[in-house]
Amino acid sequence: MKKFFIGFAVVSLLIAGVLSYFASGSPDGLDKTVEDTGIAEHAQEHPFSGSTFADYALGGDDKFTGLAGVLGVVVVLAVSVGLFWLLRKKSDVK
Amino acid sequence: MHMSDGLLNAPVSVAFLVIAAAGVGFALIKARADLDDRTAPMAGLVATFIFAVQMINFPILPGASGHLLGGALAAILVGPYVGALCVTIVLVVQALLFADGGLTALGANVTNMALIGTATGFFVALALRKLAERGKGGLAAVAFVSAFVNTVVAATGFIVEYAIGGVGGVEIGKVALLMWGLHALIGIGEGLITAVTVTSVASIRPDLVYLLRGNKKPLEVRS
Repeated sequence: MKKFFIGFAVVSLLIAGVLSYFASGSPDGLDKTVEDTGIAEHAQEHPFSGSTFADYALGGDDKFTGLAGVLGVVVVLAVSVGLFWLLRKKSDVK
Repeated sequence: MHMSDGLLNAPVSVAFLVIAAAGVGFALIKARADLDDRTAPMAGLVATFIFAVQMINFPILPGASGHLLGGALAAILVGPYVGALCVTIVLVVQALLFADGGLTALGANVTNMALIGTATGFFVALALRKLAERGKGGLAAVAFVSAFVNTVVAATGFIVEYAIGGVGGVEIGKVALLMWGLHALIGIGEGLITAVTVTSVASIRPDLVYLLRGNKKPLEVRS
């Protein structure tokens, strides 16, 4: 069981840390829709757009996308495992 | 499919924050029954995997891309309630840490991707469960179809929200045509990623696939 979970986590780390450099930079379906229709003109700047890891970079430098990805993996893993562990039914079986 | 702030007017943004909060609250209550010492870590890893894969935008047309939403994937692996929470956690971390997806838009984004997407993926997968239990090919087909539908229906969420309270006064038919056209293509990618992921997990740990739970006879004899 542990082996499977560790493997799953390693796959996620590799995707976020390495494969992320090969991601397409084109707008996604919703962004493309709002750009082509002009709706995007009304988009407001994100309140945290100047934050350290905004847009999966480090201070705006996307050479560090992999690092941002690894950080995101660690944060999501910690938050989600923490939440789900607290929520779980405690098993009585030893 | 993360919308920025400002695309929906303030009352509609707030309304969807309330809807999202209610949906996530309901999921939090219902998720308990699906979480134990074995499935809780699995659920955390599913959320983590969805975050990682959402970083990988794949090209669909020149100048347009798509990424996994993950609703069907999560629903098939960990169930609809835990699955909705997985996608919600991903969206919250993306909005707060990576400035990806607006803050007032978070309600609509959670509603579309975490609630509508996961529920749709789950209902389609559940309807096709018999096929999924027939073997790897059946499971792959069910994963593909439920993920495809999840993508198109989640995209419809934005169309409806824009129709109710969109800013800019763009004709809704135009928005719908672009959203559906692009997300039909993205849905193929979502379907492929979901099929590969779900069948991979099922081939190693079929006991961790929520949709196959209680399926004691993997090679059921059909009459």
